[in-house]
Amino acid sequence: MSRPELRHAIRITDTTLRDGSHAMAHQFTLTQVRDTVRALDDAGIEVIEVSHGDGLGGSSFNYGFSRTHEMELIEAARDTARNARIAVLLVPGIGTVNDLRRAHDAGAEIVRIATHCTEADVSVQHFTVGRELGMETVGFLMMAHRTTPRILAAQARIMVDAGCQCPYVTDSAGALLMEQAKARFEALIEEVGDEAWVGYHGHQNLSLGVANSILAIEAGVRQIDGSLCALGAGSGNSPTEVLAAVFDRMGIKTGVDVPALLDAAEEVVRPYLPRWPKMDRNAIVQGWAGVYSSFLLHAEQAAARYGVPAQDILRRCGELGLVGGQEDMIIDIAVEMATGAACGSCR
Amino acid sequence: MVGVVESDGLQRARSQGIESSPGGVDWLLRQDPLPEIVFEATSAAAHTANAARYAEAGIQAVDLTPAQLGPMVCPAVNLEDHIAAPNVSMITCGGQATIPIVAAVSRVCEVAYAEIVASVSSKSAGPGTRANIDEFTDTTSRAVVEVGGARQGKAIIVLNPIEPPMIMRDTVFCAIPAEVDRNAIIDSIQRMVNEVKSYVPGYTLRSEPQFDDPRTGWSGNARVAIFLEVEGNGDYLPRYAGNLDIMTAAATRVGQLMAAAKQAASA
Repeated sequence: MSRPELRHAIRITDTTLRDGSHAMAHQFTLTQVRDTVRALDDAGIEVIEVSHGDGLGGSSFNYGFSRTHEMELIEAARDTARNARIAVLLVPGIGTVNDLRRAHDAGAEIVRIATHCTEADVSVQHFTVGRELGMETVGFLMMAHRTTPRILAAQARIMVDAGCQCPYVTDSAGALLMEQAKARFEALIEEVGDEAWVGYHGHQNLSLGVANSILAIEAGVRQIDGSLCALGAGSGNSPTEVLAAVFDRMGIKTGVDVPALLDAAEEVVRPYLPRWPKMDRNAIVQGWAGVYSSFLLHAEQAAARYGVPAQDILRRCGELGLVGGQEDMIIDIAVEMATGAACGSCR
Repeated sequence: MVGVVESDGLQRARSQGIESSPGGVDWLLRQDPLPEIVFEATSAAAHTANAARYAEAGIQAVDLTPAQLGPMVCPAVNLEDHIAAPNVSMITCGGQATIPIVAAVSRVCEVAYAEIVASVSSKSAGPGTRANIDEFTDTTSRAVVEVGGARQGKAIIVLNPIEPPMIMRDTVFCAIPAEVDRNAIIDSIQRMVNEVKSYVPGYTLRSEPQFDDPRTGWSGNARVAIFLEVEGNGDYLPRYAGNLDIMTAAATRVGQLMAAAKQAASA
């Protein structure tokens, strides 16, 4: 199986309209999507991800209902982009291959299939269908801090053998310190680097998303994710406009027009930000305790509903080893704290 | 007890005085007398191949695979409708854990939408589940509607590799009318939990049902959220594998009630 040709040294995938969906509480409008796609496309971004934050089929009580159906958002993105291609996220267990077929019909050309970092074998049927549909494929090994570089590489191998053209070190909790990130990049490249690209998706909870992206490139990673204004879960993603400026300073070709991207962030995305994703107490706790970044708003909501501190809920999520998708447990934890039941390690 | 290869399970059955064979369905159908009820926990493909032979032999089949040849049953909800069906499907583990709760709410008020989230330990999710996880989400969401009585349904499954393994957890969210007797819902859920507990001892509510008033995006509905834990009996499978145990326990219940119905009919 062949990997796609990359036109530049590094390909940036912008996930403002997917990971950013978490920070927007899944309230994106058609206008926001069209304006953002147009600005990214004009700036030379080649891949734009659009979906519910939790991927296709994520609209739910558990993760939050989408204001606009994601298939409409994908169609709008497809119709607006002149050069960029549209990617979608699919988390097996939440979305299904039927959702993927609908997204493909709506114009998605790339599918990014995400599993917890040790559960790659649940993605095999989805990669198979993605390839049958002729889609380019990416594999997200989420919460990559939760396993060793060696096991992560073995999981990447499962994905690549299933048809994945680019497994990603996905730092969903923004928890990977630089040496830890580097060891994972190197392990994946050693395992699958001859046949697939390797990617990196960072979060800024500990402020290391951009720094880790630099290490990624030095290790041979070719696909890097970012979001305009960092719009994403937790304290957000590596900001696409910062990545573009840094890569330009490093002399690395990405095909991206830095001033145009700065305008996109400042003039298109910033006006609709509900709040600028930042490293506040709760987000730092997520990176520190290794908590799935999209738990942030859910923990804040449960904190308000039950009168317990959000940072304590998040720390408890880390202690329990919750993984992406277990947002329901946040309510369970808040109820337990509010009713005074056992939670020894919280104050 | 019948397998297709000699196994630890067959030996264990034999040690408890249960006739056992690795000879497969061919062996089973040569027995005289034939069994009246068979429980099949193989694979969807194997059950599809075997089901017609059971039917021909007049054997009622309780299907623990995802083959879905007969009506979907949950013993606490709709078994009496299908007690004499030649083949019944046990849905999924998450379905057995959550559909009773959806039914408990939908017998009190209209449930416009119900959503279930099943979290299971990675160790308890076998290769069959992993190779076709969509089968879980599709089948369970259909059963939330057809058996649970919700107008629309959604199912989510999450595998968690934490060590020591987590006990199976299930959450049920139901969209309910804003104005509804919440105490009647609580009462109905309690009765249902006790009913399920009678055949799944490790089935417990983690907390009181949680009610939330209507929010933006909920189509004017309020919501009740129910948090469940399913601990296994630990008879053979480990205690954390409540997801595996609840299938066995629910199927056993179905078999007992089918047998009782047969005896009543012949009496």
